[in-house]
Amino acid sequence: MSSLPDVVRIDNLNVTFATDGGAVTAVDGVTLRVAPGEVLAIVGESGSGKTVTAKTILGLLPETAIAQGAVILSSKDGSQSNDVLSVSKQKLRQLRGTDVSMVFQEPSTALNPVYTVGWQIAEGIRAHGEFSRTEARAKAIEILGRVGIPDPESRVDYYPHQFSGGQKQRVVIAMALVLDPGLIVADEPTTALDVTVQAEILDLLRRCRDEFGSAIVLITHNMGVVADLADRVVVMYEGKIVEEAPAQELFSNPQHDYTKRLLGSVPHVGQGTTRATARLEAREAHWAAAKPVVVADNLKIQYPGRLGKPGFTAVDGVSFTIRPGEVLGLVGESGSGKTTIGRAMGGLTRVTGGSLTVLGHEMNGFKERAFKKVRSDIGFVFQDPASSFNPLLTIAECVAEPLVVHGRAANPRAARRRVNELLEAVQLPRAFGDRYPHELSGGQRQRASLARGLALEPSLLIADEPTSALDVSVQSKVLELFAELQKEFGFAALFISHDLAVVDILADRIAVLYQGKLVEEGTGAEVLGAPKDAYTQRLLASLPVPDPAAQAVRRDELRILRAAG
Amino acid sequence: MTTLTETTLSPRAPLWTRLPVVHQLRQSVGLQRGMLVAGLVITGVFILTAIFAPLLAPYGYSQLRDDSGPFGAQQAPGGAHLLGTTVGGYDVFSRVIWGSQTAITVMVIAIVLSIFAGVALGLVSGYFGGWLDRVLVVICDAVYAFPALLLAIVMGIVISGGRSGLWGGIFAAAISITVVFIPQYFRVIRAETVRIKAEAYVESARVLGASNGRIMFRHVLRNATRTLPLIFTLNASEALLTLAGLGFIGFGIEPSSAAEWGYDLNKSLSDVSSGIWWTSLFPGLAIVLVVLGITLVGESLNDLADPRLRSRRAPGKTASGVVAATSVVPGGTLNAGPGGIDGLEASSPAYDQHPNDDPFEAK
Repeated sequence: MSSLPDVVRIDNLNVTFATDGGAVTAVDGVTLRVAPGEVLAIVGESGSGKTVTAKTILGLLPETAIAQGAVILSSKDGSQSNDVLSVSKQKLRQLRGTDVSMVFQEPSTALNPVYTVGWQIAEGIRAHGEFSRTEARAKAIEILGRVGIPDPESRVDYYPHQFSGGQKQRVVIAMALVLDPGLIVADEPTTALDVTVQAEILDLLRRCRDEFGSAIVLITHNMGVVADLADRVVVMYEGKIVEEAPAQELFSNPQHDYTKRLLGSVPHVGQGTTRATARLEAREAHWAAAKPVVVADNLKIQYPGRLGKPGFTAVDGVSFTIRPGEVLGLVGESGSGKTTIGRAMGGLTRVTGGSLTVLGHEMNGFKERAFKKVRSDIGFVFQDPASSFNPLLTIAECVAEPLVVHGRAANPRAARRRVNELLEAVQLPRAFGDRYPHELSGGQRQRASLARGLALEPSLLIADEPTSALDVSVQSKVLELFAELQKEFGFAALFISHDLAVVDILADRIAVLYQGKLVEEGTGAEVLGAPKDAYTQRLLASLPVPDPAAQAVRRDELRILRAAG
Repeated sequence: MTTLTETTLSPRAPLWTRLPVVHQLRQSVGLQRGMLVAGLVITGVFILTAIFAPLLAPYGYSQLRDDSGPFGAQQAPGGAHLLGTTVGGYDVFSRVIWGSQTAITVMVIAIVLSIFAGVALGLVSGYFGGWLDRVLVVICDAVYAFPALLLAIVMGIVISGGRSGLWGGIFAAAISITVVFIPQYFRVIRAETVRIKAEAYVESARVLGASNGRIMFRHVLRNATRTLPLIFTLNASEALLTLAGLGFIGFGIEPSSAAEWGYDLNKSLSDVSSGIWWTSLFPGLAIVLVVLGITLVGESLNDLADPRLRSRRAPGKTASGVVAATSVVPGGTLNAGPGGIDGLEASSPAYDQHPNDDPFEAK
């Protein structure tokens, strides 16, 4: 251990928020320390207090919060240390940037769209000391180069929208690094990014530690990211620290029950292969010859462009079939067109070319009137459980909506018996029917969403990223429920996700989309076991596994793969 | 955990505490509560005065004489006339009280008309879009471009030919105010509709095959009208000002058909320079107070509706044990997020009975 003091030492921190319902404790007696050059990961699910803890280090709590305890922040050379909770606002401004800085979750909102990135980096430099415009610019160019932005001399004058998501996050990291702080707080730095980009940003963060000597407090819910980067891990649950251990030790030998469950619910690639094989064997002999539920043939979907400009082709010549009772997993990064395909199957987006037949109904140039009958045979589960329910209707009324619309019940009250059955099918108590959507947690809402999707016993269910807004522990339960319901009701499903591991658990076959084109399709064993396409290989290799040792090996493989491609 | 389950399943708060204004009043603290209470008191006095005007006013609004003969013009306050008489020989106190009745009638009619027209147009325009939407937006922008009072004068002339009895005058004033307000409601409702149209729950209704009418009224309308009470109160004060303005420049209601503050102000113009203060002071004060009261209510409701502007009771220095099991999403967005002990649903084998408790039921 070096003689330098810990860059941050938190002693018995309590944070309380004033809310309409009275005081709410978000952080409860947290004590932790971060040594110089160390990567400390704080993990936990939403509401566990991890972000609040991290924001306290920067003194960024909202006015409604009251913090007690001590947060001692030391400068990089160890010359001075301050208690963030008691210093003046002016002093706090000096500390931010020089002693501690922050990397935000969403790079597109962390950058101001009306200034060039160079200006924004220089702004931070000039706020801390006397620098001329040209000096600040020179520093900005230097730091952009060091975080891996190609051609920094000209890119320094670019506006944020001219960068891709991953590059924007590099710029945000450059802003955090430019004053050479002893500590960087990274709040879910890769959550908003695609898996392949995530791997690159994690590499960059690792370089922050190795080359710049910064300690990093990494807040994340992704155990793979933790395994990839962290030296030490703190597990938070309901505002308390339940376990603290070096990364290797935590993954190989978790002590606390909660940590064990958390690790147990992380999906691994390869879990679903055996299940899929079992399902395949259980099918009837002529199943493969049965009439498919969905047939896409050279499907093209183009969004109209502005006047005089060509439209944007979201889906470009995709062909696939879904047979009765089969789950097709559709994987791809953001912008790959996977959601567009799902929306086209639900009649929410118009097909502009090729052919898409859903339950025997041609979707190219469909008429709403003719399609309405088919709709009762299609269920849809949306991505965001927070917004997929009308906030003014109770859960029972929402679930009854399909029954009422298709004339199976006169009004929501008459449908209540069926609604109760459905709620029980998705393992929610009947009493929840009388609650309003905001009174349910995300996982519960997504179950209710499943109940609504299944209300008419559809033969096709379209699930658009149904678990991406949920915590891993809740996600694993919802996925399990999905698998059970699929077995029980026997519907065919299109399961859309950006997460290969999630798709692997459920899908009989997996299709990989890349920039609107289908690059690979096959069973889970084929696609995940022996990917043929270079993109699938890269996607698979980028997925961090929750095991530090294995992840280190995978990291090297990915580097080779990337060098080759 | 048992305590949490109990609170979760306990019946909701009694109905009266969930009524619009009562709910906000209970929610408010400190200065915001003071503003709201002051506004409510003034508005309450105004409404009561309007209702009981026949009992409160010593004379009729157009009364010029009583048993003891004519009142006489420009009598100083005191004696038989508490606030004196006007240049036309009316009793000032009586006219101020009767004026509240006219004011409230015009405000109610104007706002009801503009809400119905504005909401209907905004909903249809926002939901269907297309050429209809574009035409309506252009018309509303054009209406915005006119000075509101000028438009109201034109409408007043068109509707009543400049002449006005009681209801003719009231409707002329109300409809001319309506024309000015429709674009405001139209804009608000249209913007909300366009936003809500893209929400997942509307899409989910469309996937189900619900008809346009059902989506519009069951899913969009009720969610789009949430901000209406706020605009409603803010516009009420504006309606009163427009009415007073119309009266002041001579397009109001004749003194023989109803009392109207703006008209009285107009007639008292010449009195001001000759030291007769009571004819202008009291109608003017009435206008100022009512507008102030309603604006205070509107502004407070507006602040309370926004969680970022709403002030809350400061939490105690010592965190109480009651809330230990609750957790919060940082930044104060309380609308989502699983958590709580049973956020890990695997933890309780019997989770059919009580699966995960929502940590946010504290709301």
